[in-house]
Amino acid sequence: MYPADYRYTKQHEWIKVQGDTGTIGITDYAQQELGDVVFVDLPKVGAKISAGKSLGSVESVKAVSEIYSPVSGDVTETNPLLVDAPEKINTDPHNTAWLIKLKLADPKEVASLMDAAAYEAYISEQAKEHSA
Amino acid sequence: MNTSAAVELRKTALNSVHRRMGAKMVNFGGWDMPLEYSGIIAEHLAVRTRAGLFDVSHMGELEIRGPGALQLVQWVSCNNAAKLNVGQAHYSGLMTSRGTFVDDLLVHKFSDTHYLLCVNAGNQDDDFRHIIANNQFDAEVENSGPRYSQLAIQGPRATEILQQLTPGQLEAIRYYHFAFGKVSGVDCLIARTGYTGEDGFEIYFAPEHSVKLWNDLMQAGETAGMIPCGLGARNTLRLEAGMCLYGHEIDDTTTPWEAGLAWICKMEKARFLGSDALAQQKQAGLPRKLVGFEMLDKRIGRDGYPVVIGSHEAGRVTSGCPAPFLKKNIGTAYVPPNATAIGTEIEISIRGQAAPARIVALPFYKRPQ
Repeated sequence: MYPADYRYTKQHEWIKVQGDTGTIGITDYAQQELGDVVFVDLPKVGAKISAGKSLGSVESVKAVSEIYSPVSGDVTETNPLLVDAPEKINTDPHNTAWLIKLKLADPKEVASLMDAAAYEAYISEQAKEHSA
Repeated sequence: MNTSAAVELRKTALNSVHRRMGAKMVNFGGWDMPLEYSGIIAEHLAVRTRAGLFDVSHMGELEIRGPGALQLVQWVSCNNAAKLNVGQAHYSGLMTSRGTFVDDLLVHKFSDTHYLLCVNAGNQDDDFRHIIANNQFDAEVENSGPRYSQLAIQGPRATEILQQLTPGQLEAIRYYHFAFGKVSGVDCLIARTGYTGEDGFEIYFAPEHSVKLWNDLMQAGETAGMIPCGLGARNTLRLEAGMCLYGHEIDDTTTPWEAGLAWICKMEKARFLGSDALAQQKQAGLPRKLVGFEMLDKRIGRDGYPVVIGSHEAGRVTSGCPAPFLKKNIGTAYVPPNATAIGTEIEISIRGQAAPARIVALPFYKRPQ
């Protein structure tokens, strides 16, 4: 379910690193919690993003959710697919519905993020607290 | 996502059914209720084009009985219940002495000496206390919520679905009327009312029959494409239909004049709780009025966001969301009375950024007759 070569945050973002480029999206758990996604607000190419700071927002029918960047860097690309088809986040959150790509300011930041096994353990804890 | 402190939520008789069906659950007015099953958009569209089934057993019921029943209803609510025939219902407001809303409600006339009020889940205990405190008419007031479950069958195919389970002719029940009859062999109050802007029914019955009625209705609706719907779609449906939600368009600071609800406020009937204040406000002029707006770009003006007119904050959004059937982003807001003209360009401040919007007529959606 959660790709083994991605890293994850507690706010339910993922990042895939290739060289000095990171691709960022939201997790399947996040899209399930949000429900039908209707609008995505992304930064401009060239924007400087800091780890832990908002990089934009994803809106579902019922709520707006801030997206926090897992790492720092400069935005090199935003996903054009999401302009007209934001609902792709509900069907393919880990692949075609990525949000932005950025040039990593400090590749070492990635090491502090959760791997897939740690993230899966984390969300199963969250689910337990929800149903308690 | 925060983990909130454990609070004991109230549950309807269908709680385990919703959970088994995989509904996403939410705390609504102290009740553990289904927010969505298959998704708000799919559920919304099902109700507009086919049918949807809602568990609305969290809604409160209050019954008023005795020779003073009508007098009490007339005193605490702003619509004219003396005009109701037996078997008829109307929308009304439960008023404070300031002419503001304690709650909004449906009043059903069972007989000259017996009325059933359907009130909001989160307000039912306050409503009960408020009515008792204003009962100078020696009427009997019962908080009968625990004796009722309620299901709403809504949508253009609601009648044909419900008709399969009931012997009486549903077409004989006119809009905002009700009848007592059997559904699946269970005694029900069958009311042609709803909160979606579609034709449909709300049925009231003893909670022990909830699972049977839910299952029988789901089965009866299968070929017509009826699906279970949660509170998420209930909210987008009611907003598209321009209906008020307590805590949003109306509360204990808003009057019926401000909320565009003059049609439920009958000043010609005898004096009632809040009528003096309402007469006064009518004469003095309104400080604000509720309007509908649609966004002019893809952004969504949500509840609580400031409304900006000519670079000044002029009011607040009371509800805002995507309208799945109309395929635009809509909302309601309070604005100064001189800024209510249809077509007025306004801005909604979304986290500090101005998003353009335009005032449009309410309701946003009217079902084809």
